[in-house]
Amino acid sequence: MRYRLIFAGQFVFTLAVAAFLMVPAALSISAGVTVSYFRGIRSGVTLQWIVQVWELYAGTILLSFVVAFATLAVTLLAGVPAAYALHVRGGRLARVVEELITLPLAIPGLAIALALLLTYGGFGDFRRSWLFILAGHVIFTMPFMVRSVLAVFGTIDIKTLDEGAASLGASPWRRFRDVIVPNAMPGILAGSLMVVTLSLGEFNLTWMLHTPLTKTLPIGLADSYASMRLEVASAYTLIFFIMIIPLLVAMQLFADREQRK
Amino acid sequence: MSQKSFVWSCLLPLVMVTAAFFLLPMVRLVVTGAEGPQGFAAYLAILIEPRYRATLINTVLLAAATTGVTLIVATIAGMFLQRHRFPGRAVLIAMLTFPLAFPGVVVGFMIILLAGRQGLIGDLSSRVFGEKLVFAYSIYGLFLGYLYFSIPRVILTIMAAVQKLDTGLEEAARSLGAGPWAVQRDVVLPALAPAFVASGAIAFATAMGAFGTAFTLATNIDVLPMLIYTEFTLAANFATAAALSVGLGLITWLILALARSFSGSAVAAAG
Amino acid sequence: MSTANGHGASVSVQACGKTFADGTRALESATLDIARGETLVLLGPSGCGKTTMLRIIAGLELPDEGGTVLFDGKDVTSEPIEQRNVGMVFQSYALFPNMSVADNIGYGLKVRGVPRQERAARIAELVALTNIAGLENRRIDQLSGGQRQRVALARAVAIRPRILLLDEPLTALDAALRDRLRGELNRLLRALGITTIYVTHDQAEAMELGDRIVVMRKGTIAQIGTPREIYFTPRNRFVAEFIGAANIIESPVEDGHLVLSGGRQPLRSGINLAVAVAMIRPETIQVVEAGRAPLSGTIDSVSFVGDRQRLVISGTSRKPLTVDAPNAVQVRPGEEVGLLVAPESVRLLPLED
Repeated sequence: MRYRLIFAGQFVFTLAVAAFLMVPAALSISAGVTVSYFRGIRSGVTLQWIVQVWELYAGTILLSFVVAFATLAVTLLAGVPAAYALHVRGGRLARVVEELITLPLAIPGLAIALALLLTYGGFGDFRRSWLFILAGHVIFTMPFMVRSVLAVFGTIDIKTLDEGAASLGASPWRRFRDVIVPNAMPGILAGSLMVVTLSLGEFNLTWMLHTPLTKTLPIGLADSYASMRLEVASAYTLIFFIMIIPLLVAMQLFADREQRK
Repeated sequence: MSQKSFVWSCLLPLVMVTAAFFLLPMVRLVVTGAEGPQGFAAYLAILIEPRYRATLINTVLLAAATTGVTLIVATIAGMFLQRHRFPGRAVLIAMLTFPLAFPGVVVGFMIILLAGRQGLIGDLSSRVFGEKLVFAYSIYGLFLGYLYFSIPRVILTIMAAVQKLDTGLEEAARSLGAGPWAVQRDVVLPALAPAFVASGAIAFATAMGAFGTAFTLATNIDVLPMLIYTEFTLAANFATAAALSVGLGLITWLILALARSFSGSAVAAAG
Repeated sequence: MSTANGHGASVSVQACGKTFADGTRALESATLDIARGETLVLLGPSGCGKTTMLRIIAGLELPDEGGTVLFDGKDVTSEPIEQRNVGMVFQSYALFPNMSVADNIGYGLKVRGVPRQERAARIAELVALTNIAGLENRRIDQLSGGQRQRVALARAVAIRPRILLLDEPLTALDAALRDRLRGELNRLLRALGITTIYVTHDQAEAMELGDRIVVMRKGTIAQIGTPREIYFTPRNRFVAEFIGAANIIESPVEDGHLVLSGGRQPLRSGINLAVAVAMIRPETIQVVEAGRAPLSGTIDSVSFVGDRQRLVISGTSRKPLTVDAPNAVQVRPGEEVGLLVAPESVRLLPLED
């Protein structure tokens, strides 16, 4: 009896927490397709706000994808080989480098953005292009890629596999291609999902780094929250949800599969 | 190419990117902070100048409150979810973790929908009490936003820690005659301490440095990130903004480093 | 058998020592020659430097300044492993989880640009040789320990290496399987006739597989010799105790006899020492009726170990003696017995190690 009471109490509490998290999201989704939020769902369902968002902000959505995939490309090209090098080399230097690249996680994005602005603000063309945003996103997401790959290396004795391939005559580059990368795949995939998700939603850095011509989705969101009617802001948020849900689901499925192994 | 030079060339791109877009800028930031009229003393201003100090205290209090409440809420929910199997559990977990990918701006909007001028809480309160309750644009709204942001993260950490908990410990305590509360107090909670420290530090550091939520809710909430932002963009006071952000970065880094040395696991702030 | 390269290369390790970056001295400067086609076993407890020696020969570690490694007289010290054309079986096997069994076996050939058809033929040959037919398309995580061991061996041999290096290849297996595979491995190595260097801490493996054994201890070579030499004429106490069971007796010597509490044990003639450290193998001690031998003692315990019985006897020397007796010998604990040891079975060791 007492256990049932405790169970019921915890259950209701957890439901309340879920409601706190989900009710506003649900409100936002419904507001995005309602004719008038003030009058409620009775006023009818419409896609006009979504269309309006698309007309106003399609560019931000596109740029967000461009930045996210460019960030992914850079983190893959620089992060995966680096994770291998850090793992194989080990020792103090590897620890210092890992510590350094993880530092951006411990420092508020605002501070990193300020630092980038103060350093490269004078390089007009770079400052004005989306590459400036890319630089910030790469610094912010790199640790996730490197650590995710390092975590896999920690579980599969990559050093011996590397030596095994070497004993069969494979050159370092060949070993990296044939043995290291295929076996690091779970980490590379998990890291990639993380990098894309984070880049798509990044605001703290991007707000400082963007220009009126280089607005990403979260910048557009902030803009719509400040200046558009609630229905438009909601519709825009709805589009963002639709974009990230597949990523979240993929991440979850992936984590489950890894756990079952 | 020898193995050694191959390993070095693997590391090179990362080192170059990090040096160019992180190390160099951070050095520049620290230097800029000392280039104002006060020189290096600018770094003390965050502690000495009354306006800045008040903001700092405000921010720390807010972050501490966020951390405390998040830990309590997430521990109750996380332990419940990890310990019981019931229909709908997976859906409930999905609901609790979905907001993980929300950036701060979106969280701000969620709070506006809850407690803003057209918000649910105001709507309900005006129907029940005849008075519209609106607090999204104040520090209470920000507090709620940080809770929204932190709860999913901390729940996940606690659930993972509970899963790893050795049930033998609890059974041993019960075999020695400890009741359910005593088991929780003497065995379970102490075993979860590292998870509390790790996830609490993340919640704290995030609440100290988060910018998106505050920015969405209002530009006049008196917290450190907003102060830095206004100093930089509105007052064009680069040196002060730089000094303040170095200070803020130091605080968050220190908290995470301390937590890591205590809990032994990697700890990082979330955006 | 189509190992076209016949018997592989001779190996010469000259003045190779190894100090790791953290200052650990893993191997003192050592010199070692391995003949073409020979199977050499590096034997010793963990941390004795045997694996470091193997990795230096393989090209996975660089010896300290001044050390050289020669294959067939050619200096290969600066060549990394991928250029040495050696086959290596790792303790953990290092099979690539991202490739099938066949792809693992064929990888070295693929790297060498061997055409697909030729590769397939060679893989089939090795699959048959190592008794893993039917497993070609399996993933590595679908194999048992013994199967993995065979795949690792097939993969190492597929490239027709000049030298085959095996780093504790049987250690990861359970005892029964280890015994069976040891016999199989022995036949395979003899059939291949390739120069083989085999690292192990298991003396039974070393005895069965090695043409010669190098016993190592604390980064130095304690003794090199054939299994029989190592067993019957160990050069020092460490080797005597590490290989098989041994009674080590320190005692004064009087006109060609060890003077023990249980009597006087004659030595080979011509020995003129005041004090000796002697080794007597348990199976060389014969148990006879009390009074019928120069030595006597009291039986402490009798344990039956299957093919023989192991007795512990006190009162003969300072430390209790271990004796292996045939099961036909009837003894009970507490009984007084005589002990007969041929003078040739008493091996004298250096006083100090």
